[in-house]
Amino acid sequence: MSSIATPAAARAAELRRRGRFRPGDIVLHGLTLLASLAAVSLLVLIAWKITDQARPAIHDFGLRFLTTKTWDPGTRQVFGAAAFLFGTAVTSLGALLIAGPLSIAIALFLTELAPRWIRGPVGALVEMLAAVPSVVVGLWGILVMGPFVADHLEPFLHRTLGFIPLFRGDASIFGLLPAILVLTIMITPIVSSVSRELFIGVPRDLKEGALALGTTRWEMIRGLVFPYARSGIAAALILGLGRAVGEAIAVTQVIGGNVAIHWSLFQPGDTLASRIASQYQGASSAKQVSAIAYLAVILLCFSLVANIGAQAIVRRFAGRHPVAR
Amino acid sequence: MNEMKTPLRRRLVNLAMQAVAVAAAFAAVAVLAIMVVSVAKRGAGAINLDFFTKSPHPFSFVPVPTGLANAFVGTAVIVGIATLMALPIGVLTAIYLNEFARRRIAFLIALALDVLNGVPAIVVGIFVFALVVTGHGQSALAGSFALAILMIPLIARATQETLALVPGSTREASLALGVSRWRTTLSIVLQQTIGGIVTGTTLAVARVAGETAPLLFTSSLVGDQLRADPRQALASVPLKIFEYSESPDPADHRQAWAAALVLIAFIMLASTVARALAARSRRKLGLTR
Repeated sequence: MSSIATPAAARAAELRRRGRFRPGDIVLHGLTLLASLAAVSLLVLIAWKITDQARPAIHDFGLRFLTTKTWDPGTRQVFGAAAFLFGTAVTSLGALLIAGPLSIAIALFLTELAPRWIRGPVGALVEMLAAVPSVVVGLWGILVMGPFVADHLEPFLHRTLGFIPLFRGDASIFGLLPAILVLTIMITPIVSSVSRELFIGVPRDLKEGALALGTTRWEMIRGLVFPYARSGIAAALILGLGRAVGEAIAVTQVIGGNVAIHWSLFQPGDTLASRIASQYQGASSAKQVSAIAYLAVILLCFSLVANIGAQAIVRRFAGRHPVAR
Repeated sequence: MNEMKTPLRRRLVNLAMQAVAVAAAFAAVAVLAIMVVSVAKRGAGAINLDFFTKSPHPFSFVPVPTGLANAFVGTAVIVGIATLMALPIGVLTAIYLNEFARRRIAFLIALALDVLNGVPAIVVGIFVFALVVTGHGQSALAGSFALAILMIPLIARATQETLALVPGSTREASLALGVSRWRTTLSIVLQQTIGGIVTGTTLAVARVAGETAPLLFTSSLVGDQLRADPRQALASVPLKIFEYSESPDPADHRQAWAAALVLIAFIMLASTVARALAARSRRKLGLTR
């Protein structure tokens, strides 16, 4: 591959060779380059500044921070993220477990099953769900979904699945289960819209070929659409997981803010992002502020890994099958 | 052909799976409907003129007509300034991406934008807190800066996608007439992408107008006075909803529902308009091609 690839860049080089590069061109080039650098350097700046803010806590607690279960802003001033890591893992994996199959099913409905006239409106409605601000989802979560969960859903789960430790304990408005449900609502639209793009990209002649060979629609989906879109689905799920892990507001509204590790989904817990959000009314000490920043460092690391990973998959996938864009 | 019927088991599995897909789509739409109806039913009653023109009375024990005027003004100021910050950087970045950058550099910048887009909003809030608030205290400007960070990747990507739709022949025609590159870019190419830029910006505004997390640490410690000075921390609609949602007072809940209704209505209107504009400008670009 030559180093100059885009036609625009090639033309620029051509002009430069002929000595017709004008001052205005240099100014515009410089300005846009500067803006790009500013946008890109934001990432670096964010990483550096948050780590800088967290330095005292990183120095004091080191990696023990990840395994310490206490969060004591009182006299002891001991901070640790273990309980929040646990809560984050349980809620976001739980949400992904529900939202993953649900989103794929929605995407299949929108690409393979629904009559054409229904696809547009239903697709738009699912995207609308993504546009509802998290604070409104949380408000609804506390005041409408919470009581329903505590009065009906949790007693029901307890009766039917109570032999599993996850579904034991007293029913409560606030807890891990409401957080899982809220996160499910928030990531389903994202995962399903990415999956839909992927399914649309499966070549039509292959689909029709499979059907012509006598497969049922589901066999065509299982044998053709899923293998074709496999890596893309993985990327969509990673993006959804990233969103679930980073969601602060709606979770903090419904999870109950409890520093504890337990197996009951009915009991309150807390996540990394939600703990940060709940500390906004002022930290009592510099040490607490830097411990909050430490939580943000963990979140940032995770989101960087998840996003770069997902983008790498998406881009490789897009390169291999140009139609899947 | 029809004598070779698909075995019953395969047909049943197929039917069951199709039913699951239909049920899933129905569930998603139902959740949206339940949520919107909840908000509308509980919020509509509290919306009147006072709601938009009066600010809250914090310590009143007698019922007085109150509203969230301060929050509406605050959100308008914060989001407005955020847009002014993000729009030039986003558009210029997109121009660089599409018109100047070599492929490898363009790839890296686009990747960085996508990764920036994935940084959790609460982390951006902590970043601005560490960068600005620890030194200068909270302000609407700090909040705007945090929201602008969320907007830049959205605006840049939307603009770049529209720029990519402008046919190369348009640029070539302009250059062949002796128009300089910068004039070509600004008045020929960019002029055709205005629709895409407006759409992208509107969607970005709709997205950040409801963001709470970036404002928690940057513009949250506020009173109930009506203010618009961006150098001070200002109230905002999402943060008011957040505060009221955690209050035990049903009157506060009513205000929260009403604010949520206004916010949702604004966001849905904005994104619908943006999508309509996008469809229109895409058609227009399709015609020029």
